[in-house]
Amino acid sequence: MEGLFFNVNYGYVEGVVRGYKSGLLSSNQYVNLTQCDNLEDLKLQLSSTDYGNFLSTYSGVLSTSVIQENLSKKLYQQFQYLKANSSGKLTKFLDYISYGYMIDNVSLMITGTLHERDRSEILSKCHPLGWFDTLPTLSIATDIESLYNTVLIDTPLAPFFKNCLTAEDLDDLNIEIIRNRLYKNYLESFVEFITTEFTNPDQEIMLRLLNFEADKRVINISLNSLNNPDLTVENKLSLLPNYGKLYPTYHGELSQVDDFEQLKLIVENVPEYKDIFTEGDSANGGAKNLEDWFYLLEMQFCKNAFTQQFTLSTVWAWLRSKEQEIRNVTWIAECIAQNQKNRIDNYISVY
Amino acid sequence: MSGAGNREQVFPTRMTLGLMKGKLKGAQQGHSLLKRKSEALTQRFRDITQRIDDAKKKMGRVMQIAAFSLAEVQYATGDNIGYQVQESVQKARFQVKTKQENVSGVYLPTFESHINEEINDFKFTGLGRGGQQVQKAKSVYTRAVETLVELASLQTAFIILDEVIKVTNRRVNAIEHVIIPRTENTISYINSELDELDREEFYRLKKVQEKKQEAVAAAELEEKEKRDAEAEKLALSESKDNSKPKTEEEIQKAVEKLDLKAQGEDDSDMLKENEDDVIF
Repeated sequence: MEGLFFNVNYGYVEGVVRGYKSGLLSSNQYVNLTQCDNLEDLKLQLSSTDYGNFLSTYSGVLSTSVIQENLSKKLYQQFQYLKANSSGKLTKFLDYISYGYMIDNVSLMITGTLHERDRSEILSKCHPLGWFDTLPTLSIATDIESLYNTVLIDTPLAPFFKNCLTAEDLDDLNIEIIRNRLYKNYLESFVEFITTEFTNPDQEIMLRLLNFEADKRVINISLNSLNNPDLTVENKLSLLPNYGKLYPTYHGELSQVDDFEQLKLIVENVPEYKDIFTEGDSANGGAKNLEDWFYLLEMQFCKNAFTQQFTLSTVWAWLRSKEQEIRNVTWIAECIAQNQKNRIDNYISVY
Repeated sequence: MSGAGNREQVFPTRMTLGLMKGKLKGAQQGHSLLKRKSEALTQRFRDITQRIDDAKKKMGRVMQIAAFSLAEVQYATGDNIGYQVQESVQKARFQVKTKQENVSGVYLPTFESHINEEINDFKFTGLGRGGQQVQKAKSVYTRAVETLVELASLQTAFIILDEVIKVTNRRVNAIEHVIIPRTENTISYINSELDELDREEFYRLKKVQEKKQEAVAAAELEEKEKRDAEAEKLALSESKDNSKPKTEEEIQKAVEKLDLKAQGEDDSDMLKENEDDVIF
């Protein structure tokens, strides 16, 4: 029934996204890419895919960063196109997606300002998807209060800063904590948005994806702060998003663990994540690590998201898949450039 | 004729001979010392060359791993991670100290790496994702920088030693092929000149002796003649009266004889003087 009305507003965008999706590189194409001997070959192989002549304007010696840059450019164009054609709750949804990148940009700007870097230099490093008009003015801020009162209050990020105003001064430690706290607030607010605005097939898929995102952060944060006495238990808890399969049962325990084995025991209580550490351990030589498992799980979720018709969650799934694809191609290019062919199959391909 | 061509411009006296002999001895001692120094340095140099070779091979491997771990970090965390790391660094975790090492009088700077484990400025970087890869890349790059420091220290020693060995070898060769032969030539020149002088002196002495003997012979002859003449006169006066003019003539003759005697004494004085000269 919902399909009837869905297409009135979002049919075109969904069609476009599905078109983009079919342009994602398949396993066969990845195999072809790994056979390349140098970056010129890689460029040739990529020109027969959806990327077309993405490097035709570039002359000079190819490097992995150039390839990555141009691949990303293509993604940004497609995203902007979707945004321009969106309406209603889709626009809001796309905004929410870009908030995540905005958080990264804001913390980048603050870091740069703290170290008195040239503004244009930092701006060029900002993520294009997280761009907003007042971003350049962030550099005037010297402490969190003035940052919030003068600049951020006018940006969409203002609500996320609510709980971060406790930190008195900005230093590198705090910025990383603020970034993660912002992210927690962002995820919570995103989930809230999904539950209130979206109807069932959308809601179900998006919540699954966001829950995974939250769990990923929780596990990563607890793992990366294992040997870090600077981060207190309360602080750690305040960084963990209050969603996901690990919430609320295991959060308290996770914030208190201080070695890897304990962490593993706790995470293994959730059936979905049972494999993460066991597989990672067996191939300790570096074939597959935690990050790879998260990427793989995420890609499987994204692939499943495409099986449902008439949903907006495809946009999210497509964006994530595309990002992963860029990472994969960059990885392959890096392996080719550095002549490390034995690790070249480490990419993640699900389509 | 190197003896004539290559020697120092000195007066061939006994004093310079003594000086030259001292110089030759000094040169020989210096030569053996420098030769030993050069050998010690060369041994060290070979050792360092070997170690540079090893270090370079090791660096190739380590840098490859390091570059790849950076690629892993970028795969796990996305762009901008480099920027975040750069910005969050405040204190130097890896410090290089220099020391001086003395190898046969040559001061070689050696660099020592020192890691302060307590300083870890970007332990929060990648907290959300990829933190492990960042830490792994950090440890791999620490090893890479260690290798680089080691190599830098070896390379510096290599360059300095190379220079010093060249200088020392130049000195050794100069002493061996220029200074020692020249001094030897000078010594033999002085010796030959002194011999020559000796021979001249000997000849002169002999000549003087000869002249003296001639003069003595001539004086004896005159004396004899005079005595003969006196005896003749005496015989003549006996035959005639002893008169005044006779005595007058007699006095004159006695004066002449005295003069002659004095002359002979002068001659013998001169001879004595000459002998003094020779003795000196």
